[in-house]
Amino acid sequence: MANFDSGTSGGSRIVRRFRVITIIELSMLVVFAFLPLLLSVVWSADDSFFWIVFTTKVLILSLFGLSFDLVWGFGGMLSFGQALFFGGSGYVVAVLARDLDVSSAFIVIPLSVIVGLILALLLAAFLLVARKPPSLIFIALGSLTGAYAAERLARAWYYLGGQNGVSVTHPLTIGNIELYEGVGFYYLAFGFLFFVYLGCRFLVRSQFGLVLAGIRQQEERIKFFGYQVQTYKVIMFTLGGGIAGLAGGLYAFHEGFVWPTLMGPTYSTQAVLYVLFGGVGTLAGALIGVAAIEFATMFLADYFQNIWPIILGGLLLVVVVFRPTGLVGLLVSERERIGSFRWRGNKKEESGNE
Amino acid sequence: MALLEANGIRKVYGELTALDGAELTVESNQFHGLIGPNGSGKTTLLKCIAGAETVTAGTVWFMGDEITNNSAASRARSGMSLKFQITSVFDLLSVYDNVLLSLQADQPPWPLICSRTRRDLHSGVMNILQQFRLAAHADALAGELSHGQKQWLEIGMAMAPNPKLLLLDEPTAGMSPEERRVTGELLRPIKSTCSMLIVEHDLDFIKDMSDVITVLEQGRVLERGTPRHIESSERVQEVYVTRV
Repeated sequence: MANFDSGTSGGSRIVRRFRVITIIELSMLVVFAFLPLLLSVVWSADDSFFWIVFTTKVLILSLFGLSFDLVWGFGGMLSFGQALFFGGSGYVVAVLARDLDVSSAFIVIPLSVIVGLILALLLAAFLLVARKPPSLIFIALGSLTGAYAAERLARAWYYLGGQNGVSVTHPLTIGNIELYEGVGFYYLAFGFLFFVYLGCRFLVRSQFGLVLAGIRQQEERIKFFGYQVQTYKVIMFTLGGGIAGLAGGLYAFHEGFVWPTLMGPTYSTQAVLYVLFGGVGTLAGALIGVAAIEFATMFLADYFQNIWPIILGGLLLVVVVFRPTGLVGLLVSERERIGSFRWRGNKKEESGNE
Repeated sequence: MALLEANGIRKVYGELTALDGAELTVESNQFHGLIGPNGSGKTTLLKCIAGAETVTAGTVWFMGDEITNNSAASRARSGMSLKFQITSVFDLLSVYDNVLLSLQADQPPWPLICSRTRRDLHSGVMNILQQFRLAAHADALAGELSHGQKQWLEIGMAMAPNPKLLLLDEPTAGMSPEERRVTGELLRPIKSTCSMLIVEHDLDFIKDMSDVITVLEQGRVLERGTPRHIESSERVQEVYVTRV
């Protein structure tokens, strides 16, 4: 609330709504949409190929980050098991490609979403549905345990390739088109991110999103209106799982293999860091966090080979301590972050452009 | 058939017996005051009725159904609305959104995801805001309101879904005399549509508002009757003189 300018009149407040976030979103949309073009102008084919592969990874991981932001930033559940859905669906599509030669995007993509949804629903049934509402710690540790168990299982199971994981030797196919790393895959990931982001934005700015905002602020209070808080939480948790699953399926085909760490605590923590760094509960923050951390990791690993994790950790700590709302929180007020859910006549409503 | 009936309510916290067989009946379109010295169990009884506490023994009936073991959310959906003692408006949401949150609570998640009723509920929200003198603050954050305004917003939110029974826990706590007067004015017209159970420390306010008053003392009903009857009751006077 610190940034909120209470001196303005009601009218100008309305005009100010969402402006900063919308500008951030539109800038990202433009940058990501034209990046391959820009890269091919600036760099040689080899260099620009490297950067396209890198940004494709960023786009896919952005889906992963987005899924955690939905669950934590909007659903108020600290899931430390987000990688379970990500890696879990990655493994499923990798094994299917290996054993049954399934590589059609029309099967792989829906399947990875469904695997994520089912895994999340199962975990939600275990963690969230009880007489008393589960505590933050219970959800965090419960989901962490789930991810840890899955990683251990994958490490020890020969069928899943043990420590080595599973290679995905097929490219993703759409009809007769084979999608290898590069511009094609880039735009596939971009398309999914665009529509998933749009869907998330629509959801969190809807009346449903208002209920979520209420739950985050006063979970006990909102029950006395008649809301079944657990239903909302299960929906958000499951949805987050589905999106993480989508990311996992894409990631498996883009990277060309899946390995046990992918569904363990390391990647789960990664998701948490992306969102904390970029900005919790803003959607855009998840994307910025992924881009910033992935870029910093690559850059630091190049120049400070031995101490880069320490530098990265220090940077994260600085942001989280001084700006708990992350990088986006530097630009966006608390008020804008939470938003307004009022019906505003026939004027343009909140949902719309990315 | 009474709207609300609470029979033989016992509530025990460890060693402490907060309620020891309290009885309460609220008729339709009745304003029912609940008073008693500090620690007599007023708020506990209200919480047991609203579902914020589970009873140790006893039954609660609402509109002919037993609701003793129902969740707070299910009681709210059946037409019971609670205003908390400590204002618990959603500080980071606008005043408008606070009321909308209350007004849309009867809908399942799917229509809410599509924001199907955002437009239809707009006039309902504005009516409540006007009724409770908050229309000018619709876009302000609820956290920026004065204490009295927060109480009104809270009452407005409790009234928004057209409940059958409104449970008010100290609606005038911390208010100036002028704000109290306005609160009384805001509540009176509600009687035509809704019953009310008020817990209140301000005896003048409650005498003024209530048709029937129940006096609690140490978890039991000490006296029950019209405000005039309660005023002249020696037992009540004794408790209030010695205990307050």
